[in-house]
Order: sequence, then structure tokens, then C-alpha cells
Amino acid sequence: MNARIAESFAEGIAPVTLPLRSHLDWLESEAIHILREVAGECANPVLFFSGGKDSIVLLRLAEKAFRPGKFPFPLLHIDTGHNFDEVIAFRDTRAAELGERLLVRSVEDSMKRGTVRLHKETDSRNAAQSVTLLEAVDEFGFDAAIGGARRDEEKARAKERVFSFRDEFGQWDPKNQRPELWNIYNTRVHKGEHMRVFPISNWTELDVWQYIEREGIAVPSLYFSHKRAVIRRNGLLVPVTRLTPPRAGETVEEVPVRFRTVGDITCTCPVESGAANTREIIAETVLTTVTERGATRMDDQTSDASMERRKKEGYF
Amino acid sequence: MTIMGEIERGSNTPSKSAAGNAVEQQDLGVLRFITAGSVDDGKSTLIGRLLHDTKTIFEDQLAAVTRASSKRGQEEIDLSLLTDGLEAEREQGITIDVAYRYFATPRRKFIIADTPGHEQYTRNMVTGASTAHAAIILVDARKGVLTQTRRHTYIAHLLGVRHIIVAVNKMDLVDHAQSVFDRIHADFLAFAGNLGIPDLRFIPMSALRGDMVVERGTGLAWYSGETLLQLLEGINVANDDDALPARFPVQLVVRPGTNTDFRGYAGRLESGVLRVGEEVVALPSGRHTTIKDIVLLDKKLPLAVAGDSVTLVLADEIDISRGDVIAAAATPPRSAKSIEARICWLSTDAPNAAGRFVLKHTSHSVKAKLARINDRIDINTFERQPTPAALAMNDIAHVTLSLAKPIFIDAYDSNRITGAFILIDETSNQTVAAGMIEA
Ligand SMILES: Nc1nc2c(ncn2[C@@H]2O[C@H](COP(=O)(O)OP(=O)(O)O)[C@@H](O)[C@H]2O)c(=O)[nH]1
Repeated sequence: MNARIAESFAEGIAPVTLPLRSHLDWLESEAIHILREVAGECANPVLFFSGGKDSIVLLRLAEKAFRPGKFPFPLLHIDTGHNFDEVIAFRDTRAAELGERLLVRSVEDSMKRGTVRLHKETDSRNAAQSVTLLEAVDEFGFDAAIGGARRDEEKARAKERVFSFRDEFGQWDPKNQRPELWNIYNTRVHKGEHMRVFPISNWTELDVWQYIEREGIAVPSLYFSHKRAVIRRNGLLVPVTRLTPPRAGETVEEVPVRFRTVGDITCTCPVESGAANTREIIAETVLTTVTERGATRMDDQTSDASMERRKKEGYF
Repeated sequence: MTIMGEIERGSNTPSKSAAGNAVEQQDLGVLRFITAGSVDDGKSTLIGRLLHDTKTIFEDQLAAVTRASSKRGQEEIDLSLLTDGLEAEREQGITIDVAYRYFATPRRKFIIADTPGHEQYTRNMVTGASTAHAAIILVDARKGVLTQTRRHTYIAHLLGVRHIIVAVNKMDLVDHAQSVFDRIHADFLAFAGNLGIPDLRFIPMSALRGDMVVERGTGLAWYSGETLLQLLEGINVANDDDALPARFPVQLVVRPGTNTDFRGYAGRLESGVLRVGEEVVALPSGRHTTIKDIVLLDKKLPLAVAGDSVTLVLADEIDISRGDVIAAAATPPRSAKSIEARICWLSTDAPNAAGRFVLKHTSHSVKAKLARINDRIDINTFERQPTPAALAMNDIAHVTLSLAKPIFIDAYDSNRITGAFILIDETSNQTVAAGMIEA
């Protein structure tokens, strides 16, 4: 920590050297405060944990907020079934290490119930997650769901509150949001309604990596550079998987890549990179010229308003 | 520091991890600011300019904005489109709601609350200002100080924003004339000079050309002061809060039970400094004790400063629960069952007939009754109307509230956290007012 001299307010105490809070200290304190407000005010909260970097950071913040106590909420993964195996393994290991309860609800089950219908098996299940998620909220009666979304991810997110109200249909109404002042959060909901809570709203992709580096947090290895079979398609590197085979005439290449986000494998693309550790990722993030979603998501490019629509319908 | 050469993405916010390296010494934490101005004063252009010149805009964002600009038949790229988030906003070409933007320089991280300038959106500015350290008040050099300028300044000051920067924009349209800047400076001081703004600065600029925003540019050679970014980087916010008496609202009691007798109080130190060994008072019990440990996960800290989220372990077992406050023993907050406050009415509905609300203050809520509306200020004319019958959205009013139970308060102008509250309507669950305690 840095040092600075500050006058002590109390009489008789000599001027002291106080630590200066870095931007990560500030972000960390804010997020811990938010998590504790959820615990203090919400009857039945849950934390979305996918095994991705943002939710991994949330778990670290929850440790800081609640240890030596247990987390006052279970972890919940909405499983699309279109996963990177490694991320699922990481998810299970991390939950076990922490000794916290992990719930999994899957899009496959919603499909069996008939509440999710997809065109074909290889379609992205990103949007379908909303259905499964709302079913889980109903099933357990959650009144608050903590997620790792950040405002820098997408334009529609920039206007989202930290405590973001969802009506009984799970919908977000961007024009009718509660004003959020100081650090006083209005957490009240009627039965059937719930809150989405975003403790790392004010973090950027760079902040997340800097925090992972500072805290020495483990993340799945596909965030680091590795060789992967990919196809170059519309300026994106599409990983070759069982669900995303090469199309006729396309060439498969082995390229050193890393993932900036991990989501549904049918629509998450890695970026070309040799960054082998968090420090190198930070260096690349500082220099990068394309947003996290622009570089990696096949579904967000379609329309400027696609995220906003999905959010209104109950997406994360 | 020199700015121009250094603001490249390559030298953006340094890693904190390489403990003790030279770059890290410069991390001044976070500065939150708002931008306020009337429609067309150049607010969106300024924000676009700040993001662009600090290399925060990404190629795909720029491409999307370029596409959107040409779709609308505009020839130049409209930087203001970068900040229009919602479909309805794009359709109507206006900003509806407070949006938050981020950029960073090697010295600190910035959070901008982008608050719309339309008259009906006072509540958005109040919201954005509540967490802001600094406010940029935009003035169009051609128009000078307007009613809106006074209104925005008044709101920023009311919300306790200590650092106010008056940015005289569009200097390129008045031939960069120093006389125009000087006149606006004088006009501004004529109304704001006695408001008691602790830190007031003036800067001429052209957001469109980028002069004096991040770069000095070429048009304003007569101006020898700092650029806007230099001003923002230099604002010292830490000492503002550390110098106040300690206030630690308890959010949770951490008591893992069974095989440990650990009992800690989790919360955030909202102001002041707390050290291990220091005497504190717990309220409402009034019991005195000392701080045994300050804990953050596996670390024991010698002290906590304003803003730190920690867990306190106390020397004596006393009954403390969520909503209580642990405070500096010598200078505790005041207990009050009736408060006088300035509120901003945020709801489209008038106060409910019974005048009953839930008041949320730090980490606890109490039932409150609106006992009296003492006056109401018309934010457009600054006229004071005594004892109005009702309140409408955007009204700033002076009220008396009676509470079901005492709360522990400071005046807002001495503490922005323990002096603030919100009112919630229990039927709609809406946040209907923002309150600043006077006594
Ligand atoms: N000449 C000139 N025009 C400017 C300047 N700043 C903004 N403008 C223009 O003023 C108009 C309104 O700007 P905008 O940023 O949309 O204003 P807002 O309504 O306050 O967000 C646009 O046409 C801008 O290009 C400036 O410094 N000089």
C-alpha cells in the first residue's frame, strides 16, 4: 500500500501515516459492502456461479465479506449443457474447496419439460438460460440473485442499478428503475418479485484481471494461452467443437488462443494470444482495441439492442 | 505530471500486483464525477472526448457508432452516440437515465455518472451527484450562465459535492476569447460565490476539438492552468473522509458458532480512521469498549480508513446487531427521533395521504412519518414556497420527519453517509425521496 501523511482529527494524537486506497481496494470494499447488504436484507438470496472469471471474483469477495462464517447463500449454476468441460470441473472443485452448497439447474431439463424449445441442437442456448433461471428462482423462491455482470460490458448495462428490480415475470424495465443514491440500497420486493444484484458493476475487464492477479486467484486454464483448433469466420476465431464443426470449404487451424469470456460453447470465441499468465493478460487488456463481447460473442453483434431485449426478458 | 505523452493504452492503469514498484505509487484510487449541463451544451461530446482521448473507446464501439451515425444520415461520427444506451433513447435522440462510464489513467480510475440535462430529470442529477466527488458544470461559451447552470450548481452543492469544475465549452465558437471566459467566470461567482463551495475551478475548453480536455490543443494558448484531466487526476478525496469522526454502521454479525468463539461485526468504515486498541462506543446501547482486531479474511490490519470494508472484533462482549453503529467514543453521532431534512422528491406520485414511509439510513430502516413540509423550493425559479400542500417530482423541500425509533445521525454537510437517507413507499416499494439531514 502507498503511504500518505494525514492529520489525525482527534486531539492529542500525532499526525499519522495512513494507507492510500488503490482503485482495487475501493472496488473491493464497495463489492463487499453490497454483498453484506444482500445478506442483511434479503430473506433468500443466491449467487450465480458459472466457473467464469467474474463469478470466480465474486466468490473471493464473498469470502472477504463473510469468513470465518459460511456464505449466507447457496451457489447456483444455470447449465446450458454447452459447456467447456474444464469450466465445469473448475466449478465443482471451487465449490467443494469453499465448502459451500452448489445448485445446478439445466437448460436440458427445461427442454424436457417443454418450457425451452430450440430450433436445432446446435443453437446457442444463451437466451434459453433466462427460462431455466426464472424457473430456478421460482422453484427456490429466491428474492435476490447475485451476478457478476459489469456495466462496462455492454451499453444497456451501463444504466443498470446495483440492486436491479425484476417483476414477477423476471423482467427488467429500464425506464422504470429505482433511483439508487449513496450506498443506500432499496432491497424491497413483493412476493414473486426479485432483485438482481451486481456487486462488481463498477469493475472493468482490466480491473477484474488486476484483482485476480493481486489476489492470486485461480481461474480455468482456458483463460490462458493454449493451442486450439479454430476456424476464422467473420473476423472471429470459432473453436471447433462437437457443436461447431467446420463448414464446407473452411480450413481448420491450430492457433495459440485464450478466452476472454467463457459461455455457451456454440457462441463463445477465443482471441489469438500468447498470454500465459495473469500479468501478460493484463498487459494485453491494457492494449486491446476490441471490447470483451465484440471479440468473443457471436450473438451480440446481431443488433445493438440484442442485450437490452434479452435483459428485459429476464436474462442475467 | 505530463499528460499528453502518457495517456496511451500501453500505460493505462498499472498492475497493483507487482508490490512496491514505482508505477503503483501513483494509484490514487477512484474518482467519481458527474457532468451536468443543459441540452446541447456538449455533455455527451465531452464524455466521448474523455473516453476517446484516454483510449477507452474500442474499435468495435467506434464502428457501431459510425454505423449508427451514417444510418441517421450524419456525416461526422457523433461521439455522443457512444453514451446512448437504451433503444428508446436512440429512437428519441435523448438520454433517459443515469448511465455510468469508466476510464482509467496511470494515476486513477474514473467513474462518470452521465446524468441527463432535461429539466424533468432533476432526480437523475440528484442520484448521480449523491456518490460524486466532483461535478463538471458545462456552460456554453455563447450562452453564458443560464438558469440551468444555477440549478445544476445548486444541486451539486446541495448533494455535498466538494469539488466543482465550471467548464466553459465551445470556446472555438467565440474565437477562443479570454474576455468571454472571464465574463462567465465573473457571472458565475456572482451567484455562486457565497454558496460556500469548498473547491471551485474554472476551465475554458472545446470538447469538440478536444482543447483542454486531455490535450491542451492549440486554440487556448492564453490559458495556463491545468487541463480538465489534470484537474480530475489531482483532486484529493481521501482526506475529506478520513478526517471525520469514525462511523462504522454494522451490516452483519459474523458468528460462525460451533467450534469457534469468533464474534465479529462486519461493515464498512464510512468515515474516519479506526485503530486496534482504540476506544469506541456502540450505539444504541451506549456501551464503551476497545477494538481488539480488525480483520479482512486471513489478514489482521492495524487500522482501517474511511471506505474500508472490514470485520471488527471488540474487547468486550456487548449486544450489537445489524443497524447499530460503532463510533469514535469521543465524538459519537447524535440520537434523533425527529429530524429536519432537505429532501428531493423522486417519485411521479405525490406523497401518500398518510405520509408514512420506511426511512433507510446506513444499514437500517425505521418507520417514518412526514410530519411537516416546511417549504418547497422551485428548482427553476429558486422561489421558496412556505408550507406547500404536496410535493411533486423534482421538488426540493425542507421537511420534518418523526421516526418510530431513534437513529444515529450527523448533519449531511459534515458527513455524506451518516447524514443521508432515502424514503421508501411501503405499498409500491419505490424509492420516493432522497434526504439530507440538517439537524
Ligand atoms: N463548435 C463546438 N461544438 C460543440 C462543442 N462541444 C459540443 N459541440 C456540439 O454541440 C452539439 C451538442 O453536443 P452534445 O454533446 O450532443 O450535447 P449534450 O446535449 O449536452 O450531450 C453537437 O452538435 C456537438 O457537436 C465544442 O466545443 N465546440
